Amino acid sequence: MAVGFLSGRSGAGTLDARGRAHLLRALLPALSLAIVVVAIAWLNPRAISYFGFTLMLNLAIPIALATIAQMFVIAGNELDLSIGTFVGFVGCVTATWLREAPLLGVATLVGGILVYAALGALIHLRNLPSVVVTLGMSFVWQGLAILLLPKPGGKAPDWLLAMTGFKPPFVPFPILAALVIAGVVQFALMRTSYGAILRGSGGNPSALARAGWSLLTTKIVLFSLAGFFGVLSGLALIGITTSADANIGNGYTLLAIAGVILGGGEFVGGRVSPVGSVIGALTLALAASPLLTFMRIPPDWQVAANGAILIIVLAARALISRRET
Amino acid sequence: MMSGFIRRLSAKAWLWSFIGALLVYLATIAFTRGYGAGGIVTATLSLAVFTVIVGIGQMFVITLGPGNFDLSLPANIGLASAVAMKVMDGNDSMVAVGLLAALACGSAIGMANYFLIWALRIPPIIATLSASFIIQSVDISYGRGLQIKPPPGFAAFTNLQLAGIPILAILTVLFTIGAAIMLQRLVYGRSVLAIGQNIRAAWLAGVKVGRIRFLTYTLSGALGGMDGALLAGYFRGANVDIGNEYLLASLAVVVIGGTSVAGGKANIPGIWGASLFLVLLLTMLNTFGVSAGVRLVLTGLVIVAVITAAGGEKALR
Repeated sequence: MAVGFLSGRSGAGTLDARGRAHLLRALLPALSLAIVVVAIAWLNPRAISYFGFTLMLNLAIPIALATIAQMFVIAGNELDLSIGTFVGFVGCVTATWLREAPLLGVATLVGGILVYAALGALIHLRNLPSVVVTLGMSFVWQGLAILLLPKPGGKAPDWLLAMTGFKPPFVPFPILAALVIAGVVQFALMRTSYGAILRGSGGNPSALARAGWSLLTTKIVLFSLAGFFGVLSGLALIGITTSADANIGNGYTLLAIAGVILGGGEFVGGRVSPVGSVIGALTLALAASPLLTFMRIPPDWQVAANGAILIIVLAARALISRRET
Repeated sequence: MMSGFIRRLSAKAWLWSFIGALLVYLATIAFTRGYGAGGIVTATLSLAVFTVIVGIGQMFVITLGPGNFDLSLPANIGLASAVAMKVMDGNDSMVAVGLLAALACGSAIGMANYFLIWALRIPPIIATLSASFIIQSVDISYGRGLQIKPPPGFAAFTNLQLAGIPILAILTVLFTIGAAIMLQRLVYGRSVLAIGQNIRAAWLAGVKVGRIRFLTYTLSGALGGMDGALLAGYFRGANVDIGNEYLLASLAVVVIGGTSVAGGKANIPGIWGASLFLVLLLTMLNTFGVSAGVRLVLTGLVIVAVITAAGGEKALR
């Protein structure tokens, strides 16, 4: 698991203290989520209910899926600055073509994933800076979304509405969905042998290449997975909001990066954590809007809250790491 | 032979940006049959200035080495534009004070960026990103709903032309020459290049790595602040979204202009060529009368294509 994966570092200090620091560090994402939930419970006890969580965490699912998408890209030592506009593009396709001409809609979404795969190949083959390439792509997705849906509107397909409107017994749907997403991706990336190869492509690419694995393939797979989860995020988003708008996903790019980092991911070295990323996304979703509303802080400061949480958690991590080494 | 050709081509990437700009210009003129040929030059120079200023800042940051990016520029520009307009308050006698305030605001943001990088030991992308979240909120809250007009004298100055050449463009050329001297001849610039080539070797050679990185992020912030004030003057009003397009623009002109994303190799003339190219590209698409959606798609595709053609260097993000 994440804990074991993170503990490969050698250094001075007694094993005991280092072990404790590792554990603390691995628990940091969960701890920050717990603090936010406790704060919400303290400010508004009624929010801690089946209905309250369904309401507060509704939008956390698309954010969590976009975060997972970003996590795959970061696992390969790259960064995707286009995931937000891609989610918006998928949303526009979902609210128009997927409802009116399902075949065309599905083909377009698959095409989007193929474009992601091609980007992965391009970035690897030409050794391009992914930041600039994906920033350029963000304009492409945004432009396509505007062409598809010049004015906010459209409608989600009925099957999608039925899916996102699902009300399971006892456990609110968003929590159930988060558990499933985290569990599946955690297993695939952390427990399977190809998952280890994928992480290795970010951790030590040259060693992996010498062992006979194709770095081109791993990059294509990582980017395709990002595209796939981007599509899921767009679908979930439209299922919840029921209609689309060309700018609907724009904020997700930064939220997704923040979610991965909050969840214990690191920028280099293929160090990411699927469970942590989902927890990071939930923390951001809860802290940005419900917590601020309960604290009577104007919505102007929503974005700042995301930044502040990021800085606080990173500061805590830096303190722990100082003890670690 | 092919790879040798590509290598020579990418070595002269900055020259290609000027050639690209010229081709796009000729295409536009051909489309309008020569109508507005001079006006397009004036408008292009006026708009390119804003990209050049932030591009230079971003270039110094990127030259520090892999992973060094200033993602806080759009938020920085937005806040500085509001600060400048509020301090000037429509009063011509306060222009200098307002410009200083914008510079101070931008520098403070740059210092805060470096403080986060240094204190939290996090990659600059994350640090500048977190900072930009907070700056954005400060800007929304501080400049909310108000559209303060710039003082008439300042607005006139940012639009002033000398025989069709904007005064701001002339000043920016002088500034660019200064930046080139700073980069190639002064200890500061040589240190930036040394850090970008090999941070450990630079440190062992006695380069004050921390101080140089601090100065570079502060410089990028200060230039962002200045850009915000000038933009507010040129477009006659501050605006939260005024800097939004300058994230892609600043990164794109650095890369298209032939600066290495892997660090240690900077190119200042290329910033001008690439900025002119980008602005002319938008002018051309506007002249062709394409819709906003098509314009975005084509801009994105051209940037990806140009980077693909010019890229191919060892680049870590």
